[in-house]
Amino acid sequence: MAGSILASRIASSGVGGAGRRARQPSLALETWRRFRRHRLAVASIGILALMMLAVAFGPFFWRVPINDIDFSAQLTTPSWAHPLGTDDLGQDLLARMLYGGRISLSVGLTAMLVAVIVGTLVGAIAGMSRGGIDMALMWLTDLFLALPQLPVLLLVIYLFRDTLKQMVGSELGVFILIVAVIGAFRWMPVARLVRAQFLSLREKEFVEAARALGATKWRQVVRHILPNSLGPVIVAGTIDVAVAILLESTLSFLGLGFPPDIPTWGRILFDAKDYLDIAPHWALIAGGAIFLAVLSINFIGDGLRDALDPRKVM
Amino acid sequence: MSRYLLRRLLIAIPSLLGISIVLFTVLALAPGDPFGELATNPNVPAEVGAALRAKFGLDDPIALRYLRWLIAMLRGDWGFSFTSRIDVDVLILQRLPTTLFVIGSSQVLALLVALPVGVYAATRPYSIFDQIANTLAFIGFSLPTFFTGLLLILVFSINLGWLPFVFRTDIAATGWHWYWEQFRQSVMPVAVLGLAQGASWTRFVRSAVLDVIRLDHVTTARSKGLAERVVIVKHVVRNALIPVVTLVALSMPAVFGGAIVTEQIFRVPGIGSLLISSILANDTPVIMAVTFVFAGLVILFNLIADILYGWLDPRIAYR
Repeated sequence: MAGSILASRIASSGVGGAGRRARQPSLALETWRRFRRHRLAVASIGILALMMLAVAFGPFFWRVPINDIDFSAQLTTPSWAHPLGTDDLGQDLLARMLYGGRISLSVGLTAMLVAVIVGTLVGAIAGMSRGGIDMALMWLTDLFLALPQLPVLLLVIYLFRDTLKQMVGSELGVFILIVAVIGAFRWMPVARLVRAQFLSLREKEFVEAARALGATKWRQVVRHILPNSLGPVIVAGTIDVAVAILLESTLSFLGLGFPPDIPTWGRILFDAKDYLDIAPHWALIAGGAIFLAVLSINFIGDGLRDALDPRKVM
Repeated sequence: MSRYLLRRLLIAIPSLLGISIVLFTVLALAPGDPFGELATNPNVPAEVGAALRAKFGLDDPIALRYLRWLIAMLRGDWGFSFTSRIDVDVLILQRLPTTLFVIGSSQVLALLVALPVGVYAATRPYSIFDQIANTLAFIGFSLPTFFTGLLLILVFSINLGWLPFVFRTDIAATGWHWYWEQFRQSVMPVAVLGLAQGASWTRFVRSAVLDVIRLDHVTTARSKGLAERVVIVKHVVRNALIPVVTLVALSMPAVFGGAIVTEQIFRVPGIGSLLISSILANDTPVIMAVTFVFAGLVILFNLIADILYGWLDPRIAYR
């Protein structure tokens, strides 16, 4: 498809701009150069970095406890004492948002890691083996893709919540459960991407050369095939962080995620929805934070796609 | 075509079986036992408990229990709701039409947004329209449905007072008035679900059309003097729809997830809100049945996608 239009102008000009052959820049530098052209993605990195710094170090500067009940300051709008206002029990929303952000963002990152690791493993095994194993693994992948995620997620959480709570404590138990379950239901796209990459890469000349030089199968995969198939995986992983954050807040919003004393962003929104008429700022702050985090991660994913994988759009 | 359909139907059976195995495994692995209370209850002698377990087959090998459960599910014997005190299938059949109505109309809305916007943006790539549509699509699918739902309630129900925010199935009106009330209460749930879906589909449509629009057969169609409209509708969109149908079918599970949230926000009495309320009430037979119905719906939509393939590209049906 020589004449086809690229999905993004940034990608095309990035490829065209790399014309100078004399001094070839490193892959990372080249990627960054192409990524930089996606202005919204660069801005998103700034916003996301700011949010991460705030939730990581904010609680050290804003030392109001998250469960400090103050009935004289119920549902107040933002003020100097409470920069983001207070909730129905007079608890400081800024402190709660910072604490909740830690959980929401770390759930997103950990669940993404689980999904990417499982997906890469399944995809790599399926891509390197021909015949029966490949078919079985792909059937499993398709089966998981056909599962209605949220209902099954809710079912698993309903059935296993109490046992895990008893085993490792309420906060950690729910964290492990949610991360494991989100990860277990998000690995399929990665597995398919990795398998497709493996199928085409393992027939390429440079892999054949490695094979001719006597490289073991393990070395072919780890040194030659895997590094070259990582581009789409990184993009899918980025999007997965956003999906995991959304899923966690959905669960908390349905009242089935973290327990009420742990204020994740979804949980804060769930508590706020009954006071929508008298204290809209409460819901807007929590929902806005989720939206901003997800939007910037999606933009970063888009920029990475342009930089790493110029032709592919989905 | 009918042979192709039959083949697709036969392929759907293993996936339905696979899903039922997954669901049953989850249930079997789960801690807890329906007769757990009997063992600790001093009023029930141990041999009565054992007899009950034997009667309901709880000590049988797991494969046998799965088979028995599957046969019961297939015969429509879905058990008895602990909280509603009626049969689960009756309960679900009461709720299912509402869910299908909300999901169906939101999908129609999503397609009505995604197709024209995506095609128009792709025929003018990098134009102002394209850039605005792209940015809006990004915002659209980054907004969580529960947040947009709350925002709409805040604006249209609380501040403006135009729309009701509770969905009712017992509207006390007849004729046109009934339709008008039904329309008013469906606007927000359908819009929340449909626009979120439409946003991501717009991107699918745009990139699929971009892939097709510079192919040789399109140039041929243009050079033989066909009107631009005909070229786009007959030669570009029809071919571009094939990957779009795949992605739409793949996103069906996510649509049902969104439907559960939307039903919960707007108190739509569908099977999604039934699922949440039965989870909160520990009503296991209903939870299992609703999950199974959702799985069945996903497979049904995949079948519809297969039929659409056959219509869009007859070569697929004859292979």
